[in-house]
Amino acid sequence: MTMMQYEPYETPDGRTIGNTLMEMKNITLRFGGVVAIQDISFDIREGEIRAIIGPNGAGKSSMLNVISGFYNPQEGDVWFRGTKRPPMRPYLVARQGIARTFQNIALFDGMSVLDNIMTGRLNHMKTGFLGQAIWWGKAEKEETLNREKAEEIIDFLEIQSIRKTPVGRLPYGLKKRVELARALVAEPELLLLDEPMAGMNVEEKEDMSRFILDVNDEYGTTIALIEHDMGVVMDLSDRVVVMDYGKKIGDGTPDEVRNNQEVIDAYLGVAHD
Amino acid sequence: MPDQLIFAMEVVANGLMTGVMYALVALGFVLIYKASGIFNYAQGVMALFAAMTLVGIQEGRVPFAHLINATFGTEIHHLPWHSVPALLAIALTVLVMIGLAWFVQKVVFHHLVGQEPIILFMATIGLAYFLEGVADLMWGSEIRTLDIGLPQGINTIIDETTFNWFGYGFFIDNLDIVAAIVAAVLVAGLVAFAQYTKQGRAMRAVADDHQAALSVGISLNFVWILVWSLAGFVALVAGTMWGAKSGVQFSLSLIALKALPVLMLGGFTSIPGAIVGGLIIGVGEALFEFIVSSNDIFGAVFGFTLNATENWFAYVLALIFLVFRPQGLFGEKIIERV
Repeated sequence: MTMMQYEPYETPDGRTIGNTLMEMKNITLRFGGVVAIQDISFDIREGEIRAIIGPNGAGKSSMLNVISGFYNPQEGDVWFRGTKRPPMRPYLVARQGIARTFQNIALFDGMSVLDNIMTGRLNHMKTGFLGQAIWWGKAEKEETLNREKAEEIIDFLEIQSIRKTPVGRLPYGLKKRVELARALVAEPELLLLDEPMAGMNVEEKEDMSRFILDVNDEYGTTIALIEHDMGVVMDLSDRVVVMDYGKKIGDGTPDEVRNNQEVIDAYLGVAHD
Repeated sequence: MPDQLIFAMEVVANGLMTGVMYALVALGFVLIYKASGIFNYAQGVMALFAAMTLVGIQEGRVPFAHLINATFGTEIHHLPWHSVPALLAIALTVLVMIGLAWFVQKVVFHHLVGQEPIILFMATIGLAYFLEGVADLMWGSEIRTLDIGLPQGINTIIDETTFNWFGYGFFIDNLDIVAAIVAAVLVAGLVAFAQYTKQGRAMRAVADDHQAALSVGISLNFVWILVWSLAGFVALVAGTMWGAKSGVQFSLSLIALKALPVLMLGGFTSIPGAIVGGLIIGVGEALFEFIVSSNDIFGAVFGFTLNATENWFAYVLALIFLVFRPQGLFGEKIIERV
């Protein structure tokens, strides 16, 4: 068994969508008797923005947690970069180049924005701890490099003015942005965003959408995101997976999904029989 | 200058030195509490265990000698050598403490992730008694003198200098001075480690938020073993200093009780807090004792004197602090957003 094979193509706005980066094969996840995800398969291609949508409780966040290793599915395989991934702890998944944000924001409240973002560089620090402690030799050079990368992302996300602010004091919208910065600074191959726009006002949503598009465009980062705001998703993503009650009910381009009868039913509410 | 004032100055100086010793113990508590939210009741026993292991290795004793002899009817007590160089013995003890950290994490706390703080606390009580038993079984319960070549006795330079100034020489123990220097180096090292190294940053990250730490690729297990190792190292330093001062014996584990008021004063989450808290307790205790036990001052006013105040003064001070500043001097104030 291998992963799905695709020919690369260029989107109208000039981005290149490559071969399969990650593939979920027949994933089933249960919590006791509750089936959170039932036999779902889909793939994520290099360079694309892939959305997972669905009503509340559809199992979207569970799916993201399976990808990032926080949950291990009872059945099915996760394939990443051409190989089957064994059940893996979340920190090892992160080291493979998969960064994520959380629905309810998981930041280090006691640290400044800059320190928070610098934690995203931990896996790029290779020198010995003695050198790091006394700031000497290769360690100094490495620290400078990491710091430059952090500053680059800070500029990119326009949060220069709050660099030194303790994260605990920031308003919700900015916290979301700092979390994105921390994920980005790790230079991930795959970026997972769990409801990046949840709880934001229209202006903040527009900002966040722009950042997501820019990240994808400028760094070529593959992005998988969860959202239940249909409008936002349709504008952002290249392909969409639709989930309802733990099952996949649609998969395709935004236009295909929009016209899918099952998807319309799930969103408008049709009695399940 | 009046004699009483000069004596008081000597008392303060010695109080500062004792305070440093208290702070050394308190440091170990802070490290673990900060990184994992566990109040480690076993910290004092860890200091005892470390000191006993150090003496045992240094004297070339066979660990579990009694047990081995009783089981197999043999008569082994010593390895072929009778004295191991101090530095080598310290290095070996550090390895033992790292092994202990690994054991504690794998066997105990790995299975208690996400449990209530009170449960974790109870586990450390169990750990304390277990470790005390192991220490007894491993090295025996005799009182030992610890000699790793630290200078002891009156510091003549301070004695002479103060004699030239005041006509009265201060008695400051060399060992206390060494302890103060060691504590300063230890704190500077810990702070540099936590602020600038990858492992230190990971430690701070885990202390703050587990999920977020996992998502940036930090292994919680690794960090907790690291933290227990550091606490073990601090316990070794504290155990060595106290052991050199008053002999390696089981009452050593009670120094942990002295760390409690220090922590209440300084705050459970602050390394500088542990130091300042230790100094305040050390000085306060010594000065209070000096004042209330002297006939000239206290006795003249109240007509009686108090003795052995060092047994309770620190706790009363801590209680008063709890009323006015429950988070301690440097602790983090907990503000819940509603």
